[in-house]
Amino acid sequence: MANIMVQKDAKGAYVFYLPKRDLEDAIVSMEFDTPEKWGGEIKLNNGGAYYIEPQALPARFPISLRAKRIDAAE
Amino acid sequence: MSTLTREETEALIQEVLEVYPEKAKKDRAKHLAVNDQAVEQSKKCITSNRKSLPGVMTIRGCAYAGSKGVVWGPIKDMIHISHGPVGCGQYSRAGRRNYYVGTTGIDTFGTMNFTSDFQEKDIVFGGDKKLAKLINEVEMLFPLHKGISVQSECPIGLIGDDIEAVSKKAAKEINKPIVPVRCEGFRGVSQSLGHHIANDAIRDWVLDKRDGQQFESTPYDVSIIGDYNIGGDAWASRILIEEMGLRVVSQWSGDGTLAEMEKTPKVKLNLLHCYRSMNYISRHMEEKYGIPWLEYNFFGPTKIAESLRAIAAFFDDKIKEGAERVIAKYQPMMDAVIAKYKPRLQGKTVMLYVGGLRPRHVIGAYEDLAMEVIGTGYEFGHGDDYDRTIKEMGNATLLYDDANGFELEEFVKRLKPDLVGSGIKEKYVFQKMGIPLRQMHSWDYSGPYHGYDGFAIFARDMDMAISNPCWSKQTPPWLKKPEVEVELKKAA
Repeated sequence: MANIMVQKDAKGAYVFYLPKRDLEDAIVSMEFDTPEKWGGEIKLNNGGAYYIEPQALPARFPISLRAKRIDAAE
Repeated sequence: MSTLTREETEALIQEVLEVYPEKAKKDRAKHLAVNDQAVEQSKKCITSNRKSLPGVMTIRGCAYAGSKGVVWGPIKDMIHISHGPVGCGQYSRAGRRNYYVGTTGIDTFGTMNFTSDFQEKDIVFGGDKKLAKLINEVEMLFPLHKGISVQSECPIGLIGDDIEAVSKKAAKEINKPIVPVRCEGFRGVSQSLGHHIANDAIRDWVLDKRDGQQFESTPYDVSIIGDYNIGGDAWASRILIEEMGLRVVSQWSGDGTLAEMEKTPKVKLNLLHCYRSMNYISRHMEEKYGIPWLEYNFFGPTKIAESLRAIAAFFDDKIKEGAERVIAKYQPMMDAVIAKYKPRLQGKTVMLYVGGLRPRHVIGAYEDLAMEVIGTGYEFGHGDDYDRTIKEMGNATLLYDDANGFELEEFVKRLKPDLVGSGIKEKYVFQKMGIPLRQMHSWDYSGPYHGYDGFAIFARDMDMAISNPCWSKQTPPWLKKPEVEVELKKAA
């Protein structure tokens, strides 16, 4: 499990930030993105994939979350 | 002269890599690249923030340097204890020229060195008692200090001293905040992790201390984060921001105080100059307090105007007008500076090798003087720094990450820039090669370089370095061919 931060950029797209490795990247796909269910498997622009426990859409961004690493690209 | 094609630059990199053993060659190849503006993500062309190769002359610092030297050190009304052997504090003392106002030794302590001076017995029996004693001594000798930070040097982590417990206990006794910072030098690959650790310490021990307290705020409150006031930089920036109608509540950490840091969560916008060293705390404040942050660039009139407008875009029309007014006010002054120095500097080439934000931020200032940056690199940048750099640099220019003495020398020998912008460790190497160098860490004991006032000084300094007559006198008289002989040859 890793502490991550999800934020929105100027265009409103999700951006992934992993402080521990100082990795900032765009989120290209998110499994669930509705007000009731949000999260699931997320894919990063660099090819990495993480899993966020599905939850209600956060009221405010950025938000710090715990995420499971499925596949870290290097 | 300078402008190489892509192939030539690639060939140059290969040539420089030639001397390395196979394994080292493979590693270093990833850190050297030819810039391609088409690349969206820097990591496709350059690797950064990796451990330096053992045996090469890297010029990186350590986590302690990042925390004590950069982030915590300039906070003037706190006492920063270099906890460990005496050297780390003594040799980094007052070297960074973070200017401040105040009476040193009475209510400000910026250029002083406080250390617990570890001896063998402290390593063997632990240094907790010594730290507690030191804090009491500090409190007795300097009663006007506002707080203490304990900056760990390597041995603290190695022997496992519990500086947190000592700090908590002592903070209760003296009734002032004491911040333990776990910035032991061996952590991380460069000073960059020290910045992060220092930011986390600010987050955990300082930032929330005035939550819920009354604060008379205005809609125009901002803070300047990540300006270290080198040679007065932060002051040159601050006057512009105040002139456009904003209120600067806090300024970190150059000429900053503990109270200012504690009040930062009350502002409406965080203005971030050094992204590399302070983005962590800005992100934290964005999440916890909902304060947006903005990277700005106050080097050179073009970038200043861009930045002032970007800052104003966060506020109402009054501020937007203010920004235009500031730009209009200073533009004639800038035109005069450019008119004076551009003819002398036009077309000159520059190579940069610094840390933090300068490898990309100063490019605009050089371009304002019609100079060209042909190579740049970070000592300790990360991928996101290079992402931002790629767009600023021309195509087919050279990028080097964590370059070492050998590589930098070879690149300079081949590219023959008219000016190198780097640090003191490079200065005399290159000047003896006949290439002028300006220190871009300490502004070569000049400054400020930020803001409109700074640009005038920047332009003068660059001209002073390049146009110095000494560079044409590199050949000693006994090696010069007598002029008569040359003329005879011409005639023949």
